Amino acid sequence: MAIVFEKSKVLTDVNTHYCPGCTHGIIHRLIAESIEELNLQERTIGVAPVGCAVFAYNYFNCDMQQASHGRAPAVATGIKRALPDSIVFTYQGDGDLASIGTAEIVHAAARGEKITVIFVNNAIYGMTGGQMAPTTLPGQVTTTSPYGRDVAHCGYPVKISEMLSTLDGANYIERVSVNNVKNVNAAKKAIKKAFQYQADGKGFSLIEVLSTCPTNWGVSPVEAIEWLEQNMLPYYPLGVYKDKEGEKV
Amino acid sequence: MEKQLMKGNEAIAEAAIAAGCRLFFGYPITPQNQIPEYMSKRMPKLGGCFLQAESEVAAINMVYGAAGAGARVMTSSSSPGISLKQEGISYIAGAELPAVIVNIVRGGPGLGGIQPAQSDYFQSTKGGGHGDYRLIVLAPASVQEAADLTYSAFDLADKYRIPVLILGDGMIGQMMEPVSLPTPKEPTSANKPWATNGAKGRERTIVNSLYIDPVELEQVNLRLQSRYDTIQKNEVLCEEYLMDDAEIMLAAYGTTARIVKKAISELRKKGIKAGLMRPITLWPFPAEQMSKYADKVKAVLTVEMSLGQMVEDVRLAINGKVPVEFYGRTGGMVPTWKEIAAKVENMCGGAK
Repeated sequence: MAIVFEKSKVLTDVNTHYCPGCTHGIIHRLIAESIEELNLQERTIGVAPVGCAVFAYNYFNCDMQQASHGRAPAVATGIKRALPDSIVFTYQGDGDLASIGTAEIVHAAARGEKITVIFVNNAIYGMTGGQMAPTTLPGQVTTTSPYGRDVAHCGYPVKISEMLSTLDGANYIERVSVNNVKNVNAAKKAIKKAFQYQADGKGFSLIEVLSTCPTNWGVSPVEAIEWLEQNMLPYYPLGVYKDKEGEKV
Repeated sequence: MEKQLMKGNEAIAEAAIAAGCRLFFGYPITPQNQIPEYMSKRMPKLGGCFLQAESEVAAINMVYGAAGAGARVMTSSSSPGISLKQEGISYIAGAELPAVIVNIVRGGPGLGGIQPAQSDYFQSTKGGGHGDYRLIVLAPASVQEAADLTYSAFDLADKYRIPVLILGDGMIGQMMEPVSLPTPKEPTSANKPWATNGAKGRERTIVNSLYIDPVELEQVNLRLQSRYDTIQKNEVLCEEYLMDDAEIMLAAYGTTARIVKKAISELRKKGIKAGLMRPITLWPFPAEQMSKYADKVKAVLTVEMSLGQMVEDVRLAINGKVPVEFYGRTGGMVPTWKEIAAKVENMCGGAK
């Protein structure tokens, strides 16, 4: 029988620990396929965060480093400066990147650090059990905002793509989503472009991927996709926020 | 090699370059700024990289990344900045990465001051960050020794896959002395099969300090401990000064040890037989070397620019056999030889 689909060789042959219906698995696959299609596997060093993706070093079949919470862009900077010909990416969630790691991500972008950042935004802390994240929506119930996020008390969500796109050092910033086939394909295109830019020696790229967390949102996987569409897409509009190369065209 | 007149901070930077270090990540803080400034001038000319990080936290994590990629890498700071680096230092220790960290110590706690101190001894030797780990801690007492110890720090770090801390007080960093610089070595990342530098023609490598299974994490800690035992056995450095006939043993390190030497020579003029034990490695601590004098001397005086930190290790080494007293100044105040001599004379019941 003809083989019509194979798992990317840039993913290891192990089961992930992700919950059923979580979209981390899709995002992992898009990254692995991009690295494989661009033939970058032997040059790539990935940096895993703290959070749900803490074990990402078990899943990507390339050299990996595990960073402390929020520091992945600094770790990636150290790797890239030591090995300028390598391809370095970070995989970070919203607690890691948009809360404890804001200084590191802002300055990596400002420096135009030649790395690729995959920022997974699911509006909640997953690994620790569903606490409020910097990206938790106004009114959203979490274990530390049990009455719904009260913006008068704890402020507003951080819009990372919008914020970082104001920095001159950032090369390419796009927000994508993996809620349906069309958007998954668009996400793949963006992720692959971000790796291509790095391979071409272009500066800092960040792809923000809107993702679901059925477990901590307390809904089924199908309902989670619907919740993302109804609540996250309006608050976090998809699109290209910055593309220096695209601007030149 | 001919001698040059250099500040301690500059000598540390040049010795690191001589050791093949081509990556430096730092953040400004007094009194160590000459190290990053020197590196910012030198590194671009050597094809190396100096990068001013957004914080000490970022700088130490850049060190983690570069060390994990197999490079010889250094960062420097002073006390409050070293406190910020502790998270990264714990991770570097946990991931078994070689790196060199310089602390040009100033007075604390809190923002403290900018004058020399030795009040970071506990933080340096007893685990500044979380977890069961050790650093090799080297304490120079001259600009020459600062250069020599920095040079050898990179070899020690690579040999044991451990972070090495150069602990110099502000005086060591700021004073100028003639120094003969060590022979330059070419940078190399050879013999680091664990490094993440691209899985080409080999299995992938992972730099990590997470072991979620406690059975495995205990084994990792036991393995690290056995490495620390080897270091304790092989790498202790200590200067013994006029200890052969000493009746009073003084214990001091860094700048303080030099002031103590002057006190000893004045005390000996008065007939008081004093000698000095100067730990050069604060960890591993020269406990055995000290304990062999516990039956020979009448008393011990530990002198520090703190209110008594190393004295605890001296007491453990002496193990109650003779009294161990303490004299210290703190907050950036430097003890004078006269104060130290007076304390010793007082212990002896006056001049003989």
